[in-house]
Amino acid sequence: MTTADASEALPPRAIARRRLRLRAGPLLSLPLLLLLAVGFLAPLLAVLGFSFSEPRSFALLAHPTLENYETIFDPANTVYMSFLWSLWFAFLSVCILAVVSYPVAYGLAKLFGRWANLITLLMVFPLFISENVRLYGWVLFFIKNGVLDGGLRSLFGFGIGDLLFTPGIIVFGMVYTYLPFMLFPMTLGLSMVPQEAVEAAGDLGASRLQIFREVELPLSLPGIIIGALLTFVLSVGAIAESKVLGGQAVIVITHDIEIAFTYAQNWPLGAALAVLLMLVVGALVLTVLRHLDLDRILGRR
Amino acid sequence: MAATAGSGRNRRLVWIWTGLIVVFLYLPVVCGLLASLNQGRYFIFPIARWSLRWWDKTINSIEVSILIQTSITIALIVTAISVVLAFCGALAFARYNWKGRTLFQRIVLLPIFFPQTVLGLALLLWFNMLGLPLSWRTAIFAHLVWIVPIVTLVISIQVYSFDAALEEAALDLGASRWQVLKEVTLPVLWPGIFSGALFAFLLSWGNFPLSLYTTGADTTVPEFLYAKMVAGYTPGVPTLGTISTGGAALIMLGGYAIVLLARRARSGR
Repeated sequence: MTTADASEALPPRAIARRRLRLRAGPLLSLPLLLLLAVGFLAPLLAVLGFSFSEPRSFALLAHPTLENYETIFDPANTVYMSFLWSLWFAFLSVCILAVVSYPVAYGLAKLFGRWANLITLLMVFPLFISENVRLYGWVLFFIKNGVLDGGLRSLFGFGIGDLLFTPGIIVFGMVYTYLPFMLFPMTLGLSMVPQEAVEAAGDLGASRLQIFREVELPLSLPGIIIGALLTFVLSVGAIAESKVLGGQAVIVITHDIEIAFTYAQNWPLGAALAVLLMLVVGALVLTVLRHLDLDRILGRR
Repeated sequence: MAATAGSGRNRRLVWIWTGLIVVFLYLPVVCGLLASLNQGRYFIFPIARWSLRWWDKTINSIEVSILIQTSITIALIVTAISVVLAFCGALAFARYNWKGRTLFQRIVLLPIFFPQTVLGLALLLWFNMLGLPLSWRTAIFAHLVWIVPIVTLVISIQVYSFDAALEEAALDLGASRWQVLKEVTLPVLWPGIFSGALFAFLLSWGNFPLSLYTTGADTTVPEFLYAKMVAGYTPGVPTLGTISTGGAALIMLGGYAIVLLARRARSGR
């Protein structure tokens, strides 16, 4: 839809214009590619390089070594626990988010009509509040003598004490923080389902559940997959939830990386951990993105 | 139509569920507001004595005004640069057909699909290697790496609905490239560019993970709040948090009002 491709037998002026158009794409992409080369690719390569440098050194690759990776894969090292926690949290968050967001996405795509804009606005806005501030609001809610505990106490005479500092509350925090990232791709996916297909299935006698399973779910799958991928990647790399709500009851992998970079002053070890995390994230993202037609998902209005 | 949009009961359930989600999203903001109105230093609910003391203190604090200045400076510069870069990027992303386009689209998405804390640490390492001293300037660059791709997506969505024939027609009528850009492309894409700018400003304003590792001795509002949450809580923390949230809300609502008014003015003509 973006440009017409039929170019046979065009006047010379149109051909010249078409040539310009072919050059316009690469030319216009250049500034952004340059930014990402200097600000994304290069730093990641630096991390990769550092992961092969001597432990606790600050010089890049003076004496290349595999020592950092050996430390990580040493059976005595418990850093794999952090990896498992992060993957587990991310998995749980994605599952919960898929269920929690679906009705809202459905409403935004099909039911809310002229209210959809306002509701979208309400759902976008929390993204502009620093996640620390929002998560701290939950601390005030869940802490002993906080809004929940104190509220129950004054209403019913008994409280439930402190609900913070558990793995469960960390997942809660992730679900809270990343909800919009599941919701919006899902809404895009659901609005790709043509109403005629749903009606046709209904006319042919399909039940509500059958329509969902056979028509809506498969047709909206690209959006749901993007949402799941995005929320998985963000939760695997999340740190604020476990620090603010979890009170460091569980050390997630990003926290380990941060500790290595800051308190421990062991950049090469932190870099090696970061490389492993990047491998997990990168493999997932690249596999999924290869199978998606972004034009179709973003272009449909 | 019977089975299509679900029965009335299902509809109502979707509405109720959405209402609950909105409450869920804003509950911590309300908790922050409550805590900021508590007179005592430690938060005990229900609040025994309400007071505006912490608001008074926060608003009159010189430290806070410096923080806000730093955050606004970073956000404004990030907005200006990212709108220009993302406008070009969005045209390459959605407007023109060229050979490397699908690859380009995927590359643009990568920083968005990447843990920000790791990106922040990687940039810290990279700036260090280059020998760049960390300050609010390096933070601007760090924000750009994450925000420009997002703004590119926001503008691209508008570009997709852009009818390329408009540009062609203007060219056929003898307009120069520059005239076409000024008279056709920009006015049509304006709403997308404007919401892209809002996104850029607000995302930079609220960003924590990238700022944390790249600002050096300078401090933004989210960084300051985090430091105080970890050690040295006073009701000033939720107060500044609420102020920061309120500021973002005003900017977003103002932006939304401008778009609505402009749309009305255009359709009224």
